[in-house]
Amino acid sequence: MSVVTLNVNGQDVAVPAGASLLEATRAAEANVPTLCHLEGLTPVSACRLCLVEVEGSGKLLPACSTAAAEGMVVHTHTPRLKEYRRMTVELIFAEGNHVCAVCVANTHCELQDMAVTVGMDHSRFPYQYPQRSVDASHPQFTLDHNRCILCTRCVRVCDEIEGAHVWDIGSRGGQCHIVAGLDEPWGQVQACTSCGKCVDVCPTGALFRNSDTTAEKHPNTTLPALLRTAREQRRWHNQ
Amino acid sequence: MPAPPQLRCCDASGCRSAGGQALRAALEGARDAAGLAADALTIKPVGCLRLCGSGPLVACDGPGPTQLFGGVAPEHAGALIAAGLPTSQAPGNGDPLAAHRLDLEAPFFALQQSVVLEGCGQVNPESIDDALSLGAYGQLRRVLEDLTPEQVRDEVRRSGLRGRGGAGYPTGLKWDTVALQPPGPRYVVCNADEGDPGAFMDRSVLESDPHRLIEGMAIAAYAVGAERGFVYVRAEYPLAIERLRLALQQARSRHLLGNHIHGTSFNLRLEVRVGAGAYVCGEETALLLSIQGQRGMPQPRPPFPAQSGLWGAPTLINNVETFTAVPAILRQGGDWYASIGTEHSKGTKVFALSGAVVNTGLVEVPMGTPLRTVVEVIGGGVPDGSPIKAVQTGGPSGGCIPAERLDTPVDYESLLELGSIMGSGGMVVMGSGTSMPEVARHFMGFSVNESCGKCVPCRAGTVQLAQLLDRFVERRATPADMERLDALCQMVKVTSLCGLGQSAPNPVLSTLRWFRHEYEAACREPAACLATGTVKR
Repeated sequence: MSVVTLNVNGQDVAVPAGASLLEATRAAEANVPTLCHLEGLTPVSACRLCLVEVEGSGKLLPACSTAAAEGMVVHTHTPRLKEYRRMTVELIFAEGNHVCAVCVANTHCELQDMAVTVGMDHSRFPYQYPQRSVDASHPQFTLDHNRCILCTRCVRVCDEIEGAHVWDIGSRGGQCHIVAGLDEPWGQVQACTSCGKCVDVCPTGALFRNSDTTAEKHPNTTLPALLRTAREQRRWHNQ
Repeated sequence: MPAPPQLRCCDASGCRSAGGQALRAALEGARDAAGLAADALTIKPVGCLRLCGSGPLVACDGPGPTQLFGGVAPEHAGALIAAGLPTSQAPGNGDPLAAHRLDLEAPFFALQQSVVLEGCGQVNPESIDDALSLGAYGQLRRVLEDLTPEQVRDEVRRSGLRGRGGAGYPTGLKWDTVALQPPGPRYVVCNADEGDPGAFMDRSVLESDPHRLIEGMAIAAYAVGAERGFVYVRAEYPLAIERLRLALQQARSRHLLGNHIHGTSFNLRLEVRVGAGAYVCGEETALLLSIQGQRGMPQPRPPFPAQSGLWGAPTLINNVETFTAVPAILRQGGDWYASIGTEHSKGTKVFALSGAVVNTGLVEVPMGTPLRTVVEVIGGGVPDGSPIKAVQTGGPSGGCIPAERLDTPVDYESLLELGSIMGSGGMVVMGSGTSMPEVARHFMGFSVNESCGKCVPCRAGTVQLAQLLDRFVERRATPADMERLDALCQMVKVTSLCGLGQSAPNPVLSTLRWFRHEYEAACREPAACLATGTVKR
């Protein structure tokens, strides 16, 4: 197995060739924050939280979708990166309707944790209070658009892991929203297998089980990586 | 035998909307009424005759030098027919066309150099016979018969041609990158999703000389080893799509496209794909997804399309103007093309000149021409004679260049240095009454509407930027808003995923740089803004 060595925040690390910059920063325990990225799903570099500085590159590079290369010198927590991350999280909070106190995901929410991680105690941008709807047409699950941050994990897990492609994105810009089927009520989409993977990977309380109430959602975000490994390498837990 | 006299009537979108079709019908009627046969005086629909603001335009290749008439109504048909006839007298005092005669020696025409627009206004865009008689597909034949793909790429590399879509990537290098990928299928794609407000160069080329684009694409396909290609045109250009489809059909029926072109082993299938109205589909990775029938959303690069594009195959993607320059480069040689322009920006560039300017229309000038020459000499300055305040280039991704910098030569690097970009070629002239915060808000509103919504800085950041700009336009901004505006512009510019987001703050940043006093006036001394008229309310 060939290996590339690079330097992350002054520490030399070696990762297998083909590994992403994100894996390299994790090898260096650099704690680069991510929201849209999830092990086992195709990276989309949409949340821009994992942007890092690579010496010699004029641009900031998303760690999740950039390949680690020999000799790279990477900085993950420069003052400007920290400021941009905080602004990004503020923009996400200001864009939707995130009310932790009444949210199913309270205390188990990746967005909430991210606010703590980047040191965001309030948003400097005015809240937009958009008019968004709730789709409670599915017998087991509910989609609350107010809490959606458009990370597209549900879109990818349904397409890439479950193979049903129930979810996709409708409209554009600030009007973007997750759509089920051909923009139908979720409960009417026959392609949905009710597997619940989308609910498990959702970083916020946008997708939840109907049985969960405030602070009761306990997501399981390790599933896609386990399933992908199992299928690609034919390795199962019970074998 | 001298060529029979002819009247060339502009039949592109601009002159059509000014009544060009009615005029042509009237001309045909007047010719019949004068008892003339169709071949005694040809009335030919052609593409853009450049001075779009004075449409409908008619060029008269009669006896003597070519004459151009603008703003002519159907009732002038008889006089125009007479002007085209060899028997016509020199116009006397009672010349009914005197007010419509345009001076072809005027700087607007005299300072232009036609390379890409060579056939525009000369060739009938709906007739392949006319195109062939004017030399279309001649270079494709020569390339296929005499040159290897390497020789073609070498010629393009020596020409120094750079991508005309805005970014200015060296075309020869891009062709080499695609050609040198591992063996397998390749695609060639033409980006005709011209979406910048104020840009109509690509539309004019498609409507005026579609066969030149097809020839350029075919040469490119041969040079990189592609056998299939697409032209991605926005749906807002119905006439361009119609003419391009017709041209493709004609080229296929003449075996200039398809299998065994010119009896060689070179095959090429070209198709039109019509966009559905998203500005972001002009971004190359989003465009490729759209061609594949998926949602047009930009993807992280690398991999670049040259490595992995349509269906994962190496894909050459160039702009209309880039492909259209190729036949002339091969005919005259790369060195000839490289002799035009500046050290780093070779050749000519087509600009769509509009806004507060006397001569609105299509302008092709050598790279390095000072901006002042383009807007003041060729464009004729602001109609009321007042000084120009700024020139906007590059649409919502570009910036405003202030009047005191108008002596800058037009090339990729100089414009970038001024905080603007070459862009695809839209050039909007602004007079003294224009408020810069309003200009910035206008373009930010465009970016808000056209953001695809994939990445956070562009989706949510542009919304916040637009609201901040509202505060300046409405005179309720504070100095703290100024700081927020600066900081958020930087953040969106640096962290966005694709070119649309990265360049969305440019109109704000460039006006902040050159016209900061207008923003300051808007937040500190609202009364002063009212006095200067820079902020309306």
